[in-house]
Amino acid sequence: MSELQSYLSSARDDLRTEPRPVRIVIIAIAVIFLVVFVVLPLVVVFAQAFSKGIGAYLSALSDPEAWSAIRLTLLVAAISVSLNLVFGVIAAWAIAKFEFRGKTFLISLIDLPFSVSPVISGLVFVLLFGGQGYWGPWLQAHNIQVLFAVPGIALATIFVTFPFVARALIPLMQEQGTLEEEAAISLGASGLQTFFRVTLPNIKWGVLYGVLLCNARAMGEFGAVSVVSGHIRGETNTMPLLVEILYNEYQFVSSFAIASLLAMLALITLVAKTILEQHLDEGQQPRGD
Amino acid sequence: MSAAGGRRSTLPGFGLTMGLTLTWLSIIILIPLAGLFLRTFELSLDQFWGIVTSRRTLNALKISFGLAFAAAVVNLVMGLIVVWALVRYRFPGRRIFDAIVDVPFALPTAVAGVALTSLFAQTGWLGAPLAELGIKVAFTPIGIFIAMIFIGIPFVVRTVQPVLIDLDAEIEEAAASLGANRWHTVSKVILPSLIPALLTGFALAFARAVGEYGSVIFIAGNLPNVSEIAPLLIVIRLSEFRYADATAIAVVMLVAAFLIIFAVNRIQRWAQTRIPAH
Repeated sequence: MSELQSYLSSARDDLRTEPRPVRIVIIAIAVIFLVVFVVLPLVVVFAQAFSKGIGAYLSALSDPEAWSAIRLTLLVAAISVSLNLVFGVIAAWAIAKFEFRGKTFLISLIDLPFSVSPVISGLVFVLLFGGQGYWGPWLQAHNIQVLFAVPGIALATIFVTFPFVARALIPLMQEQGTLEEEAAISLGASGLQTFFRVTLPNIKWGVLYGVLLCNARAMGEFGAVSVVSGHIRGETNTMPLLVEILYNEYQFVSSFAIASLLAMLALITLVAKTILEQHLDEGQQPRGD
Repeated sequence: MSAAGGRRSTLPGFGLTMGLTLTWLSIIILIPLAGLFLRTFELSLDQFWGIVTSRRTLNALKISFGLAFAAAVVNLVMGLIVVWALVRYRFPGRRIFDAIVDVPFALPTAVAGVALTSLFAQTGWLGAPLAELGIKVAFTPIGIFIAMIFIGIPFVVRTVQPVLIDLDAEIEEAAASLGANRWHTVSKVILPSLIPALLTGFALAFARAVGEYGSVIFIAGNLPNVSEIAPLLIVIRLSEFRYADATAIAVVMLVAAFLIIFAVNRIQRWAQTRIPAH
């Protein structure tokens, strides 16, 4: 009986797969493609960074210019991630917990930055705050520096990372519905209590997921920041911008040393993302306890 | 599925959260983008047309759109092969390869740019053997094409993957037991149901590559009319304080991007009506 079953199931599997040579060719093409286009670029970053030995690598990273870039990158990421976190959660509450007309349109407006070229994301702020921009002359008269300074870099970064948190939360919160919150409200909880005691525990993995992707993009953004930064050495260069400057000066070890930090950030992000996705999948199944 | 019963929510905070959302959206996204369009209205139609059809702009747009399209075609084919191997077959390292498909999303574009350049430069690991074959990649349009393929890898794989996983096994078995050979089953039964996802992935990869800047400019060579992409021309015009030129090119690219999103939305709506929800 079990022999028959296993025979039948293997016969069914045969119906759903290709002959062995075809399988091998398809796997080989896929693996070679991913190795050439994804693995080798990652490996080359570290190979170049350590090409003159670990001493050269460490001294490249301890350069004051590198430190200033790291500090600026962390500062800008902290500003833009925290603002987008707060407003992403607020937007997800409004969109996921209520029915209203134009919801799909509002979601596509929130998604807009994903389809705008990074360079254009920087350009729009130059047109507002630049010397020839709408508000540039007024800002100059009042001695307020937006462009070529932290506020401009932060604004451009907020623009490109705008959708991440809201996007991670909206489908999750829509799926969870409003029953638990309505129960809390009817038992006399305030809106904020309901959010922090009922909603937040349900969406915590989704929040982390959104923050993780938002942070990776915020630290790695190049095009938009490049347009608004002004490239003032030791002042307005983020890590990706410093990678470019050092590379163009043929300081390859220094350039790839900074790049290796960003590559590690990307790898850590991917590992954390995989772990969070498992948590999110488990959360979707009915809880046993 | 949203709770169909609770149409009128009794939850508090709709007015406040909606107000804050619209305010924040306006400050960060809508007003800056509106400013860009307002700027172009300061130009006369002739001026706008003159900028957009000038030789250098036209060539930059052709390079960005043409190579992005070609790269998206490669991503369509390679993405299908990769996703097929990842979903249908078991091989050593499959889970790791599945995870690294997202590297082009996660790796900062400037890092990708310098890495690809050093890989494909004439002294690079791949550039050197290719140079012996007489193929120069870095600092030519081929380099742009390579960088655009890199940046588009995740789109087709990640849009097709869930559809291929959810595909009903019984349809395939039915086709096979009715006498279709494997090739017929794949080409007549499986591939047609993947078409909406494939098209969506293709469009997303295309849109991303058109606007791509960081991973392209290092490997491109950036020769005007030959290997200069449109986003780079915007940056150059800005540095020359030719704001009108930068704005006009940006508007053309934005409108194209909006058309692509619109197409993607239509494809997804079409897919929903075509395949009954299970």
